[in-house]
Amino acid sequence: MITVTNLTKRYGSFTAVGDISFDVAPGSVVGFLGPNGAGKSTAMRMMTGLTPPTSGRSTILGREYKDLPNPARHVGVMLDAAAQHPGRTGREVLHLIGKTIGAPKARVEQSLELVGLTPDESKRRVRNYSLGMRQRLGLAGALMGDPQVLILDEPANGLDPQGIHWMRQLLRAYADQGGTVLLSSHLLHEVQIIADELVMIGRGKIVAQGRKEELLGAQGTRVASLDNERLAGALRAAALEVTGDRSGLHVQATPEQVGRIALSAEVVLTELHTTGSEGLEQLFLSLTAADSRDSAAA
Amino acid sequence: MTAVLDPQTSHLTHDRATLTETSGIPFGRLVRVELRKMVDTRAGRWMLIVMAAISAIIVGAMVIWGTVDETTFGVFVSLTSFPLMVLLPIVGIMAATAEWSQRTGLVTFTLEPRRARVFTAKIIAGVVLGLLVVAASFAAAAIGHLLATVVRDAPGDWSMPWQVVLGFVVGMTIFILSGLGFGFAILNTPVAIVASILLPTIWSIVGAFPRLETAATWLDLNRTIEPLMSGSMSGADWAHLGTASLVWIGLPMVIGGWRVLTREVK
Repeated sequence: MITVTNLTKRYGSFTAVGDISFDVAPGSVVGFLGPNGAGKSTAMRMMTGLTPPTSGRSTILGREYKDLPNPARHVGVMLDAAAQHPGRTGREVLHLIGKTIGAPKARVEQSLELVGLTPDESKRRVRNYSLGMRQRLGLAGALMGDPQVLILDEPANGLDPQGIHWMRQLLRAYADQGGTVLLSSHLLHEVQIIADELVMIGRGKIVAQGRKEELLGAQGTRVASLDNERLAGALRAAALEVTGDRSGLHVQATPEQVGRIALSAEVVLTELHTTGSEGLEQLFLSLTAADSRDSAAA
Repeated sequence: MTAVLDPQTSHLTHDRATLTETSGIPFGRLVRVELRKMVDTRAGRWMLIVMAAISAIIVGAMVIWGTVDETTFGVFVSLTSFPLMVLLPIVGIMAATAEWSQRTGLVTFTLEPRRARVFTAKIIAGVVLGLLVVAASFAAAAIGHLLATVVRDAPGDWSMPWQVVLGFVVGMTIFILSGLGFGFAILNTPVAIVASILLPTIWSIVGAFPRLETAATWLDLNRTIEPLMSGSMSGADWAHLGTASLVWIGLPMVIGGWRVLTREVK
């Protein structure tokens, strides 16, 4: 259980994180989503006691991070997979963590196996690791203490599609067994396949939060037909909001509504579904466009 | 789906210690981990190898080319101490700065958020490592002297006043502590190494000017440590050394401690 209440961080007049509040319940994966520089990492550093907040607080299992007696036994944290000493072997990195927190020796092998690093790879120095391997090592480190809460900053960064699929399954299974997972990303696709809930952040402020289905559900229906122009006319006649191009239409309505109108207009449909990724993508872009660095270009 | 999520091993399917049952990390464990961190990286390991190699070369050269009456145990000890004086501060600097230069602090300080404990553990680990290195150099000196008596037929002279042994141990501790202090205060490996070499050197040069003579006798660490290493400490020498140590160790440690405890870990 993670509880974040009115967490705020200001650097002089610059507000990196402004008054954010959200909960992560056991058994769920919450995706912390936002463009680069939105304040995700700063918020996560405040949750883990590395950065003192200007105001507000965050607790994990009811306590502030710095008041957890042996935090890694309860919270697995990976804030930056690249932050490893290049001159250490992967195995040694895990060994140091295990020694510090008092984990049983066998846990090193278990964690390595869990994240799919082979014994050979684990004996290489981190200097020679790809970013994907460092992510796996970082995750192995977070899992060393057998935690029930995971806080992961950009865990899918640098993973190949197969790696992302693997991580999704791992975190899903972890949450299904009662674990609590908070992960951040600046890539929508990564998060939406893993997370149950989303917290979208732009320029330090929460711009949207809620269950993924709710955020998705508000996005309407995508439809394509043999005669999009006629269909669009019929939909507009029914006072529905329609956008789109030759490849298909986007309608602010349920697929059922759209289907019925198409039936009465006698248009053959070739595609009909609630907007999935592209809908959330649009939401993400629209919610963050005003806040992102590229707003001028966009 | 994976091994750890199997009921046999999964953290989530078997009983675990609750928050109130978990005890903190014992301090001794932190010290052992910090000690290990100093020698488990490629850089740390090479540092020790270089120290050992230089000592071996010096000892070897002395055994082969030294005049017979020079090859006493005491001379060997003072010879093997030279590379240590230069390299031990660097070991301290690397230990103090790695968490920030290599950003491993992100892991270290989430494992133990009470940073003062990590800070203290690093200092103790540094001193322990320093003493181990000093012990090794004594051993190297003993081997050298033994070789000299056997190979060169040099007279065995194991005399070693306790003041010199004490001075040696205290002196090396001071060197590694000053390295740690510089490291903590600067928190950047290359800058701290340059500063730790440059500042005392500049001060030694400046202190050679007659008008600064008095200040130098109190504040030049290299100068005040000389009588310590030669075992001829008087009361005034201790005062000089104490003052110089306060400036070159105490001050950086205070600045460094404050920085380590309050700095944002990124």
